[in-house]
Amino acid sequence: MIAELGHFALLLALMTSLIQASLPLYGAERQDRGLMQLASVAGVASFLLVGFSFVSLAYSFVVSDFSVKLVAENSQLAKPLIYKITGVWANHEGSMLLWVLILVIFAAAISIFGKNLPAPLKARVLAVQGMIATAFLAFLVFTSNPFERLANPPLDGSGMNPLLQDPGLAIHPPCLYMGYVGFSVAFAFAVAALIEGKVDAAWARWVRPWVLIAWCFLTLGITLGSFWAYYILGWGGWWFWDPVENVSLMPWLAGTALLHSALVVERRHALVSWTILLSILTFSLSLIGTFVVRSGVLTSVHSFAVDPARGTFILMILSIATGGALLLYALRIPTVKKGAPFASISRESSLLLNNALLIVATATVFIGTFYPLLIDLIGKDKISIGPPYYNRTFIPLFIPLLITMVLGPFLKWKRDDLGEALRKLNIPLVFAALGGGAVLLITMGKYLFTAFGVALAAWVIVGSIWALVKRVKLGSIPFAQSLALLKTTPRAYFGLCLGHLGMGLVVAAITTVTTWEKENILAMKVGETTTISSYGVKLAKIEQVPGPNYQAERGTFEISEDSTVFAIMSAERRYYPLQQSQTNQTAIHTNLISNIYIALGDADSTGGWTVRIYYHPLAPWLWIGGLTMALGGFISLTDRRFRIGIATPNKEALA
Amino acid sequence: MTLSRALPFLVFLAIAAALALGLDRDPKAIPSMLINQPMPQISLPALQEDQPRFESTAFIGEKLVLINVFGSWCPSCRYEHPFLMRLASDKRFTLLGLDWKDTRDNAKKYLENYGNPFAQIGFDDTSHAIINLGVTGAPETFVIDTKGIVRLRITGPLTEEIWNADVEPLLKSAVAAP
Repeated sequence: MIAELGHFALLLALMTSLIQASLPLYGAERQDRGLMQLASVAGVASFLLVGFSFVSLAYSFVVSDFSVKLVAENSQLAKPLIYKITGVWANHEGSMLLWVLILVIFAAAISIFGKNLPAPLKARVLAVQGMIATAFLAFLVFTSNPFERLANPPLDGSGMNPLLQDPGLAIHPPCLYMGYVGFSVAFAFAVAALIEGKVDAAWARWVRPWVLIAWCFLTLGITLGSFWAYYILGWGGWWFWDPVENVSLMPWLAGTALLHSALVVERRHALVSWTILLSILTFSLSLIGTFVVRSGVLTSVHSFAVDPARGTFILMILSIATGGALLLYALRIPTVKKGAPFASISRESSLLLNNALLIVATATVFIGTFYPLLIDLIGKDKISIGPPYYNRTFIPLFIPLLITMVLGPFLKWKRDDLGEALRKLNIPLVFAALGGGAVLLITMGKYLFTAFGVALAAWVIVGSIWALVKRVKLGSIPFAQSLALLKTTPRAYFGLCLGHLGMGLVVAAITTVTTWEKENILAMKVGETTTISSYGVKLAKIEQVPGPNYQAERGTFEISEDSTVFAIMSAERRYYPLQQSQTNQTAIHTNLISNIYIALGDADSTGGWTVRIYYHPLAPWLWIGGLTMALGGFISLTDRRFRIGIATPNKEALA
Repeated sequence: MTLSRALPFLVFLAIAAALALGLDRDPKAIPSMLINQPMPQISLPALQEDQPRFESTAFIGEKLVLINVFGSWCPSCRYEHPFLMRLASDKRFTLLGLDWKDTRDNAKKYLENYGNPFAQIGFDDTSHAIINLGVTGAPETFVIDTKGIVRLRITGPLTEEIWNADVEPLLKSAVAAP
């Protein structure tokens, strides 16, 4: 019964979304207040309906109602409660429902909190949101109904992919989707602006918090995803340039560009049409991400059920949304007012350079991801593109980006002098030189690239802190005055510093871990000792441990330094009988500076166990850096300026 | 509408077209280097020690030859086995087996339990032959025509659908040709 109600709510939501997509648009054209108001009402109604539908599905999972096909295929009685809940989105239908739910949450948020948006703009933005919601609800209802019933329900379900039975997966997909779908708001604002033929500073002020929310969650999602891959796959890697990873990186790169270009529109009213284009591009990349993951056009470690009919449907949505928006852009952009001029050395130009580099980087990833498909189409060849391609293309693009990201905040708007800005950056320059020099000295000049990487990381990290130091004039005025200045510094400025600092941490981690990681793969018998870096690793025991819905082999390792044991680590191999598959629980010992990483492999015939041990210096900073970036974004969101712009103080609570 | 403004739209059209074409490609389908190449000469001991050595080219001539890579350890082979048993009675081709990474005892027990559909079985516990054939996993089936040319490679279990779609036409044309 609950499942039927959920299904019915979904159908009703399709109706309300259809209304939201059509009538308000007409109302905005005719200046009809009532019809424009309808958008908000329909937005909230869609949210309630989809929310109800989602709760119904979650309920079916929690009570293990195996007469619902989706539950029978993706759940089982013995599964812990948390995985019954996350099981809702660990499958195609449920994850698309989550996608739509987040979409309508954003639309409802605009409906409720967008009180000071001009009525026609609000109506048009919501109408565009309604179109996207209609498309995806139709996709759900017609190709991926999550509420399909089984005539003969099984006694137990067939379980969920064991790789996904992990706490990380409870929050990773929702975060990622908050990011992907969040960019739909920027898209809707861009399309609405094109319809109106008007973009002003107020427009940018309204869009920016939404872009920022989406960006924060996407950053968080990618960081969590990378960490999940790190410890569950047991390969000791944290980024594989896998298509599914790439399609989440692309909207992030474009979204980062958008975040910065929207700033220029807001402050200086320049780069207007570029920002519109970026808004369309960023959300389109999110849609492409959804398309790639859901259609299976590219091979990936993520194996989802693949159905060409679904792929065709999403491609149609993508074509109409992106194609339509870009056509509108081509037709309408001449009517949008041109921006204010700026000199070649100015904050605007540094942001423009940042944008150009980010977009070229996006294109690089795009080409790398889709080139195998293109080659397959024109020839008979199957190829795959791996890290060497990205190392050669992506890294050179990021070097100038990292250099400018420190310089940018020190440049004045409109026009500045490069020499003067660099003089203010003397301290970060010194640190960069020291960092690079130290590496060269220690390695006796062998690792030139590493030295350069460390210098860049030091430049970004110290430069980001320096931006704050300079802002409060620490050292050049009495300390009390600096403190007073610190209090009046807008939160967005702290956000900027933290965001950039996080990037610096990531660069430091990548450089260090790729240069100095150590790996020791061997067969160990119980009682044997080996070494990794300066540590001793002893395989103390191997035991069988039963889990709720799996059987595990657990290896316990004693980690010692100078023959003093300082940590006990246990790595597991879990066997899930229902799915007949195995997962790895790697053991990670971290002191926030470096990781010791152990994965347990197969037993061989002589009583030895394959053990993979890695030493990853600075690896924790990868994720600390990612989290710092996201934190910077969230702090920016609490800035007063944003609250005046769009909404009530409750905005963050909602996000 | 000047070209520069329409450029994003035009670029997108091209990308969308490529994606649409890509939809019915299967990225997991790996073409074999052997397709339309002569079957390599492979010589292996037979699974049953009392039988003559397994020669991959010995049966080439009058009928099509199917070589099926299997192992008693492989669940998908077990799944495929009943279908192979049905094929065994078909006289239009010769079905050969290639037992891979197995022990003789296990393989013999496996065939005793589930039946032996193969005219002859080569025993490859060292994977030498398997590497020459470019096999990526068991089960895998090669179809070789009367001239000794590899015409088809099927990765994964043979099923009725794959058989009817891919192998049956080859059989028909082979019978019609001479």
